[in-house]
Amino acid sequence: MKIYAPRMFLRTCLALSALILAPLASAATKPLKIGFAQTGAESAWRTANTESMKSEAAKRGIDLKFADGQGKPENQIRAVRSFVAQGVDVIIIAPIETTGWEPVLREAKAAKIPVIVMDRSIDVSDESLYACFIGSDFAEEGRMAADWLAKHTNGKGRILELQGTTGSSAAGERKRAFAEGIAKYPDLKVIDSQSGNFGRELGKQVMEAFLKKHGRNFDIVYAHNDDMALGAIQAIEAAGLKPGKDVMIVSIDAVREGVEAVVAGKINCTVECNPLFGPKAYDAAAKLAAGQPVLPRKQFNKDELFDATNAAAALPIRKY
Amino acid sequence: MSEAQAHSFWRSPVIWPLAGILALVLANLLHDRSVAFLSVTVSDGHLYGSLIDIFSQGSRCMLVALGMTLVIAVSGVDLAVGSIMAIGGALAAILLTQHSAPLVLAVAAALAVTAAAGLTSGLLVAGLRLQPIVATLILMVAGRGVAQLITDGNVVTIQRPGFEFLGNGYLIGLPFSAVLVAVLYLIVNTVLRRSALGLFIEAAGDNETASRFAGLAVARVKCLAYVASGFCAGLAGLLAASNIRAADPLTSGTNMELDAIFAVVVGGTALTGGRFSLLGSWIGALLLQTLTVTMYNLGVAPAVAPVPKALLIIGVCLLQSEKSRRWLGGLWRKPV
Repeated sequence: MKIYAPRMFLRTCLALSALILAPLASAATKPLKIGFAQTGAESAWRTANTESMKSEAAKRGIDLKFADGQGKPENQIRAVRSFVAQGVDVIIIAPIETTGWEPVLREAKAAKIPVIVMDRSIDVSDESLYACFIGSDFAEEGRMAADWLAKHTNGKGRILELQGTTGSSAAGERKRAFAEGIAKYPDLKVIDSQSGNFGRELGKQVMEAFLKKHGRNFDIVYAHNDDMALGAIQAIEAAGLKPGKDVMIVSIDAVREGVEAVVAGKINCTVECNPLFGPKAYDAAAKLAAGQPVLPRKQFNKDELFDATNAAAALPIRKY
Repeated sequence: MSEAQAHSFWRSPVIWPLAGILALVLANLLHDRSVAFLSVTVSDGHLYGSLIDIFSQGSRCMLVALGMTLVIAVSGVDLAVGSIMAIGGALAAILLTQHSAPLVLAVAAALAVTAAAGLTSGLLVAGLRLQPIVATLILMVAGRGVAQLITDGNVVTIQRPGFEFLGNGYLIGLPFSAVLVAVLYLIVNTVLRRSALGLFIEAAGDNETASRFAGLAVARVKCLAYVASGFCAGLAGLLAASNIRAADPLTSGTNMELDAIFAVVVGGTALTGGRFSLLGSWIGALLLQTLTVTMYNLGVAPAVAPVPKALLIIGVCLLQSEKSRRWLGGLWRKPV
């Protein structure tokens, strides 16, 4: 033991100095290291979201650790835990579920790694467990759709609503805010509302049932996303009506096919739910890594509205 | 109808799902206070109405239930049908759009692949003797991933008139998909009942060991049932994709395995295997679709809709059970 002691001491000194110096050196030369736990690849919207995060990271020279949760919350928690172990500078989470985040977020906090929650919100008892939230304002989208309708119908019309998945925050907020938005117009009423589960198949099936039930005694279809609107359009056409003319169609998401349908005159207006989170997320991450707070704590991506006036011009430059 | 025939009619398990459909139709008529629900008009040279919708939209579940009946009859279960639907639709869509393959080729390729997927499950169950639930669960989970891989996770829009006809076309005024499925049911029923194959299936499901000792190739019969289930699910996937003119690998066929199992069980085929009723499964699927359309027509809020659905399903199942029927009968029969 005795013989090796000086060498041990030297080694310990070296290791210690490396430990102390490493962060200093990395702050000067190393790029920002960010861990991003994505939900999965469940929709075109999500794919565009991932693409935006990856391309913007490449543009800014950020070292991005990307983890695909494949729709499973436990995968995401494992990914965040490994980000903490790797000692990334900032962690970004697009949560699959709202609950179950406390333990792993505490680990991140103990390691002094700031966390950004993206797209969907989370439920935690201690709000200081994450630094900020960047998301889509579902309520604002519903409100924009309501305002557009009120303006273009002079506040008159019978509305059939196609809801998104029951219990999802997107469907809940888009329904509530839309109802509030049209409440000012007594002649603008939702006469029936059913869930189309955010999909084309059920969107079409529910619309078929609506057409039998209400005949032609309705004027407007409000769909919580483009997929359901595209399904409903097929049912309306099969019933011999002209979508966009005989029936006014208002939708949310503005995916490529949705905007194309606006250009073709089959959807009257679609409110964008912008998936391009990259720039905003990394702006916040850079601030947090430099030790500055991000204010306000809740930030929303700016959403646009596409109707006959601007859809054709917007189509060629759309990224998704 | 002779007395014996009348007796067997009332004992038939098909009577209860039929009663369920009748009750639902009645509920619609009472709610509307008119016969609007039953009205069928002619529009654009084809029939138009709620009843027609039930048959055309219910055709996919009927088709999946056809294959599921055979699998359940050999005392198995196929949980992979929903994912296989997604694979079938996705594959056809990619072949039709990106490779501009001829329609017949795309459909044949999709059906061949989905039948092969069924064969995989069959080999796992009959060859490696895995539990059917475990063996098909593998494909249920992995299959949806495969479907999303095929289309790169995107919804693929298909614009081919020939393909659109499958799920949207009309044959002498009737929805083509419903006619196609009904014809398939007739063919399968005839083949199974006219040949020894039906008996083989029932024997393999009823008592596997005894059947093997009797010289029946039980493993082959079981495998065949899973292949049939894969084929039916694949065709249902094509109908689904054709119906919305797009293949959606994420949502196509979700929960279809549950719907199909429900249709089969309500139709009087026991989950323990053995005797099966194809007519029963067809009517079971019809009941399920009637239920869905009724929920829309009555305007039941989507958050509440599962409750009346569950109640009706429990009701039909209770009426089918010998024991609960006897108990109910005892309520108004005087004790001797």
